[in-house]
Order: sequence, then C-alpha cells, then structure tokens
Amino acid sequence: MSPFPVDRRTLLGAGALAFAVPLTGAAAQFRGDGVFWSPNTSSYPTAVDLKANYQFFTSDEAAFVEAAALRMIPADPTGPSALEAGVPLFLDRQLAGDYGKGTRLYMRGPFGKGTDTQGYQAKWPPAGFHRAAIKAIGDHLGQGGGAPFHKRAEADQDAFLKDLSGGKVDLGSDVDGKAYFKLLLQNVMEGYFSDPIYGGNRNLAAWKMIGFSGARYDQRPYVLAYNKPYPLPPVGIGGRPAWTAKG
Amino acid sequence: MAIRNPPVDAVMIGFGWTGAIMAQELTDAGLNVLAIERGDWRDTPTDFSPAYAQDELRYYWRHELFQRLNHDTLTIRNNAGQTALPMRQLGSFLLGSGVGGAGVHWNGQVWRFLPSDLKARSHNLQRYGKAAVPDDMTIQDFGVSYDDLEPWYDKFEYLCGVSGKAGNLKGAIQAGGDPFEGPRSREYPNPPLEMPYALTLFGQAATSLGRHPFPHPAANASRAYTNPLGVTLGPCTYCGFCEKYACGDYSKASAQTTILPVLMRKKSFTLRTNCEVLKINMSADGKTATGVTYLDEKGQEVEQPAEMVFLSAYILHNVRLLLLSGIGKPYDPNTGEGIVGKNYAYQITSSVNVFFNDKILNPFVGAGALGMITNDFNGDNFDHAGLGFIGGGYVGILQTGARPIETHATPDGVPTWGLAWKKAIARDYLKTTTIATHGAVMAHRGNYLDLDPTYKDVYGRPLLRMTFDYTDNEHRMSDYLTDRAAEYGKAMGGREIKTNYRKGSWDVVPYQTTHNTGGAIMGDNPRDSFTNKYLQSWDVPNLFVLGATAFPQNPGYNPTGTVAALAYHAADAIKRQYLKAPHQPMVQA
Ligand SMILES: Cc1cc2nc3c(=O)[nH]c(=O)nc-3n(C[C@H](O)[C@H](O)[C@H](O)COP(=O)(O)OP(=O)(O)OC[C@H]3O[C@@H](n4cnc5c(N)ncnc54)[C@H](O)[C@@H]3O)c2cc1C
Ligand code: SF4
Repeated sequence: MSPFPVDRRTLLGAGALAFAVPLTGAAAQFRGDGVFWSPNTSSYPTAVDLKANYQFFTSDEAAFVEAAALRMIPADPTGPSALEAGVPLFLDRQLAGDYGKGTRLYMRGPFGKGTDTQGYQAKWPPAGFHRAAIKAIGDHLGQGGGAPFHKRAEADQDAFLKDLSGGKVDLGSDVDGKAYFKLLLQNVMEGYFSDPIYGGNRNLAAWKMIGFSGARYDQRPYVLAYNKPYPLPPVGIGGRPAWTAKG
Repeated sequence: MAIRNPPVDAVMIGFGWTGAIMAQELTDAGLNVLAIERGDWRDTPTDFSPAYAQDELRYYWRHELFQRLNHDTLTIRNNAGQTALPMRQLGSFLLGSGVGGAGVHWNGQVWRFLPSDLKARSHNLQRYGKAAVPDDMTIQDFGVSYDDLEPWYDKFEYLCGVSGKAGNLKGAIQAGGDPFEGPRSREYPNPPLEMPYALTLFGQAATSLGRHPFPHPAANASRAYTNPLGVTLGPCTYCGFCEKYACGDYSKASAQTTILPVLMRKKSFTLRTNCEVLKINMSADGKTATGVTYLDEKGQEVEQPAEMVFLSAYILHNVRLLLLSGIGKPYDPNTGEGIVGKNYAYQITSSVNVFFNDKILNPFVGAGALGMITNDFNGDNFDHAGLGFIGGGYVGILQTGARPIETHATPDGVPTWGLAWKKAIARDYLKTTTIATHGAVMAHRGNYLDLDPTYKDVYGRPLLRMTFDYTDNEHRMSDYLTDRAAEYGKAMGGREIKTNYRKGSWDVVPYQTTHNTGGAIMGDNPRDSFTNKYLQSWDVPNLFVLGATAFPQNPGYNPTGTVAALAYHAADAIKRQYLKAPHQPMVQA
C-alpha cells in the first residue's frame, strides 16, 4: 500500500492557490516505494451534450458566429460545412468552460497593444474577447443602419472577413480586429478537426473528408504501406457513430 | 516562521530530464538526494493513458501537460527599445511542468553536437578570420570538447534506447548513417525506425542531389529494449501523437520510462511534488549555497538545507531563480558586463511543403523523431566562405503525425479559409509532406534575459524578461537552408512546392521549438562564463546549473542529447573529484 494518501487531483493548480487554500494535510512526498500509482484517478474528457442549447452565446452572438464560421468553411459536396460539423456548438461549450475563462492564461495587467510578434494581448480571456469583438463588429456594421453580418450577402460577408483579417476594420481602441479574426479562425479549425467528443467534427465527417485516421494507437501495419489508401475508417476517443445503436 | 527540514546531501530544483539524471547518479554514489518538483506526480498508466492520449485539442491546443501561465510566465520583446509584454498564452515554445518536465512531451530527437560546434568561436575565427565573427556576436567555446562528452552522449543514448544508424564509428564512416557526425565509440542501441513513403522519397531526392540522407536518431524505440538500468521500453507504434503529447506506450524515452522505476525505489531518494522552490539560500559571504526555500503543497514556506544545490528547473526557470536569489552579476547589454542572463539564444526554423498528385503518404502515421535528415548544411559541414554567415542546420522531413488542427497546409495562392481552402485540404491532406529546416542561433549582445520591471507572478515576484530577435546571421543562414530545402522539394517530383521562409522578427505565436538556451553559460574562465565545464558555479562551488542554460550559443541540433551528456559529465566529476573535496572548485579559475 502506498503511504501517500494524497488525492492528486485536488492538488492540480495547488501552486496558484497556495496562499489562500490549504489543500490537504498530507505531504506529496514519495520515498523508496517505487513508481506510485493511484488507480481510478485517470481523467477522461467529458463528452459535451449535443442536444442542449447554447450555454455561452446570446442569440445575436450565435447568429454572427454561425454565419462567420459558415463563410470560413462553407457548404459544398466536398465535405461538411462548419455548421454541419457543429462548430458553433463546439465553440459555445469551449467558451463556457475553462478555455473561455482563460484559466491557464496569464491575465494580469497592465494591458498594452503589443507588436504582432508579442501574441495574444487582449485584456479579456477568449470568452470575453469573443463577446467584446462580436459586439464591436455589430456596432461597426450597424453604423448608419447597416445590416448585421448574418443578414448580409455571402460576397459581402467574405469581403468583411477579408478586411478584418487584413487589419482594415477599425473596431475601436479596445478590440484588435486582426487579432480577433485569428482567434476566430483558429477556434473554427479546432471545432472542425478536433475529436467529436467536444461537439464539433460531427460524425467524424471532417476527418473522413481529408482521410485522417483519428484516435488510433497502433499504426505499425501502415508504415511501409507505400502509396496505399489507409484501410480503416476514422475513430474518435469515444468510438465511432457506426458503433452506436440508432434510436 | 518558516518550517525547517533536516538537511540533505543534494537537492534538485525541478524533476524533469536533468533532475532525474542527476538524482539517479548521485544516489548511486551514496548520497541522500531530494528532488523538489512544483508540478504533479505523473505516471504512464494514469496520466498518459492510451484510451484518450490521442486528443489534439486537449493536449496541444489546451496545453494540458504544459506550464500554467496564470501561475507564472515571462515577458517578451524583440529589442530593448520595446516594452516587454507578458507571454499570455503559450506558443513558440511549450514549457513543461510536473514530474518528467518537458521530457514527457518532447519528440525524442537525440543529437550530438559537432566537435566544431563546441568550439564555435575559436573554430570560426581560425577558419574564416576575424570578420566572420562581428563584435556584437558574443559567441564562445563551450570549454568542453567532443571527446570529453562522447562517453556521456553514449550513456544517454543507451539509457533512452535510441534508434538510429551510426555514420562514424571510431573514425570509420559507415554507409547509411550521418557521415558528418563526430566519431562514436559504438553503434546505436537499436536499429532505425521504419521509414514511411515520404521519407523514402526524400532520401532518394537528397541522394540524387549528392547529399547524405540518413534516418533521424530517435528516442522512440524501434523494438522492445531493456536499458542498462534494467528498465524496458516497448516498441513504438507510430501513433502520431508524440511531441506535445505523452506516450501511453512506454516507447518514448522520458524520466518515467527510463529512470524512475529504479530511482523511485531507492530509500536514499525523496521526491516532493507540488512544491515550488522560491529561492536558493546563500551564506552571508555569498560563497556557499546553504539550500533552498520552497512553498509546500499547503502553501507553507519550508527551508531545506542542502550540501549541494542543483538547478534543474529548465533553462528559463534556472536563470530566473538565479536572478531572484541574487546570485551572480546580472548581464547589462549596454556595457556588456555581468553574466547572468547573457547569451540567450534559440533556434531558427523554416519549411517547404511538397504537394503530390499521385502519392498517398498517410502523414498521420508518425513518431516524434521519425525522420530522414541531411546534415550537409549543418554547423561547419560546408564551406561558408562568401556566404555572409556562420553556422547551419539540418534539413529533412520529420513525419511526426499530421494532427489536422495543426497540420493543414495548402499551396501558394490558396487562402487559409473558405471554399477554395476546403477543396484544397480535402484534395491534398494525404498527399502533402513538409521539409523542415532547423538552424543555429548565434549569441548576440542584444539578446538576453533579465527580470521584468512591471509584470509579476502569482506571488508578486518579477517575471523573467526575454529580449530576443534574429540577427542578419540567422536570417541569411535560414534563407540559405530554406533554399536547399526547396531544391530537395523540387527533386522529390511533386505537383508543386510552397516555400515558407522565416521572415522578420522572432514571433511568440507559432510553435517553433522548445530549445531555449544560455543565460548561465559554461566556459573556461569566470570572466566569460557562469560555470566551469562541470556546470559548477565559479563563485559558488556547491551550486550546479544543469540544462541548456550552459550553452554559450545554440547549434543547429536539438539540445537534449548535449544537455544530458553535460549532466552525466558533471556527475562523473562530482563522484570522482568533488565528493573528495566538497565545496571546492573542480577547475581552478
Ligand atoms: C514539444 C517539445 C518537443 C521537444 N522535442 C525535443 C527533441 O526532440 N529533442 C530534444 O533534444 N529536445 C526536445 N525538447 C526539449 C526537451 O524537452 C528539454 O531540453 C528537456 O526536457 C530539458 O530538461 P530540463 O531538465 O532542463 O527541463 P525539464 O525537463 O522541463 O524539467 C524541468 C522541471 O523543473 C520544474 N520546475 C521549474 N521551476 C521549478 C521550481 N521553482 N520549483 C520546483 N520545480 C520547478 C518544472 O515543473 C519541470 O518539471 C522538446 C520540448 C518540447 C516542449
Ligand atoms: S509515436 Fe511512438 S514513441 Fe511517440 S507517443 Fe506514439 S508510441 Fe509513443
């Protein structure tokens, strides 16, 4: 038996809370007992609930994100669009959780506008940045009674996103439009190509479109299969749709 | 009142690659060793479970295995004229945290430096004259030779079970290996990994151009292997979730898979996790390190006396702890005086994508160090006369696993989103490969580390500040390598290539490498270096600084082979010399 009755999971992030919260009376100390193992503490990811409504986005925000994601990955017979892949729901769940809150990010001030090479300098974590940027975009496009993004023609939407990515849209002193475009595109790609357990890449369709094999662990038979199509369909951490009974 | 623990013989600050290597060696020598690690205990079955290890979002993009920047980060700028801002999100490099350190999520690319890399200053002066090394290029010799390190390179390669093919055995060049490498005393412990299609195509193209391709030396085991400590690694399954991920298969060498099963059983070794060292304590005369102060998992301050103190916290944390502890004179780029923080360097990378119409490459089959490489343009393996730069790098393909959020390159002229992007990625994903260049960064007067005047960590202490940019030397060298990569790409005979030069200033956003170097460099005299060749501080003889902190500049190879060799070289000297005369310098100043 291990003499170290420490719940490792409660120690996660212990450093950050060190002054505020004494976590446990036991020392996280290991001596002479070999490689320590605590069964049943493995931390599996939690599958998102595909049926529930948006948790983070307001309806206006959702309208923008759905429309913008659809321009980034439009519908056509090649494969799923961002909407068919479930990207907006993915992003909603991400922004409602730790990622959106920026729990791992350094979010202390002072905040300044950096050079491009200094990276993320928004004064909000990703959730707040999306919220502020979507509002600023709405205000910008609404000036003089202009139509909101999602009501515009596709060509118009494309032109706006292009300008945004090129730093040509002034969204005020707080919101860096170019930085926001980068974040949105990154998040859309994440939703399209990540494991379906997080709500995007529905039915593994984005992986099927490109031919990615997914969460497989033994690829030895295929290393020397030169120029041969990979014989297996993609699989996710939670399996694949064909394994789940319909109903 | 701080709690005071009973003294130990040696304390390791941080328990990644270097901490584990040194603890193993010193406990073997009979010492009582304590390692203090700020992160969690992590083991393969619990934390790297193959049931869910292949998760690109969680591990790479959400950084689950890496340092939490909300706790501490560093500030960054390209030059002293700018205001440094915090690295709020990880990007260019991925700092480790927890048992095993960054060694848990490395690729396993194991290199030796060239004999001439270790003498960068004297070698280049001798071959190319004074003009080749401008005044502001503050490069130095390491103060240790290839021959000094050879046994210790060998020891690390056998610890890890490196899969590769020797190119130079005791001076005799071997077919199929790297003909440019320094002489090895014996073959690699395991044969190379199997080479997938893209790598074979690259090898053929490079050979047709008269270059010398060979399989990348890999700490991804090509077969089951039991190392000299008696620990067994399993054969790599080419799962393609290797670098930036942990191995669930006991195939990638790390502290967990090579040392801990032995070290963790020793009664003379203690590990404390979730304890963060705040500073190194010094005697009143500043000549002896008396131990460390750390915060335990309950947030209490604990004083830990130790006879010997080892910084093994990764280069950036090593330098910061020296500065926070007031040890050594901080470097001043204006006067060139001071040593702590001096000669910070990095790596410069670029790439060429090759798109085929008719070749299915299955790029998701991969391993962290599965590669076909040429060193024809690394270090001083080629004549630099008239080129306007010194140094070089390797050029080759590493098929590490094309996880699609990260890897979805499209050809020139195709935008990064929209219908054209979608059609291109659907057409090209399986038929694209990427030639990488991995170049040296020389030390420069204006590139350095110090403490930030504004930004603080979670405890209110100053963050480290990094001032860094590429100089003309790096850009010229990298462009030269990129042009060579484009030649290879064309010779591979695909539909088209796309050439991605490294342009402009160093950028913290895209991942490049976690090969930060310098800041407490080694050398042959105390004026120009912080440690002697045994990584022993010149001024504080019972303080040792492990890691790439010691590199006076960064050659064109990945660092950890040399980082480990330097640690073993130091451990050997400690056992043979230091323990007989503790607290004495092992090299006379
Ligand atoms: C994605 C990736 C790929 C890489 N690939 C390669 C490769 O292929 N080849 C190669 O040569 N190198 C590679 N590297 C680099 C390699 O991982 C490092 O060189 C190596 O791990 C350095 O060993 P170290 O002991 O100096 O630091 P680490 O292994 O990082 O260990 C340092 C430890 O110290 C702890 N620590 C820090 N501060 C404190 C404190 N104050 N108190 C207590 N503990 C502390 C940290 O939590 C950490 O666990 C890669 C790195 C990354 C991130
Ligand atoms: S590629 Fe091989 S060494 Fe790397 S994680 Fe997968 S099984 Fe382990």
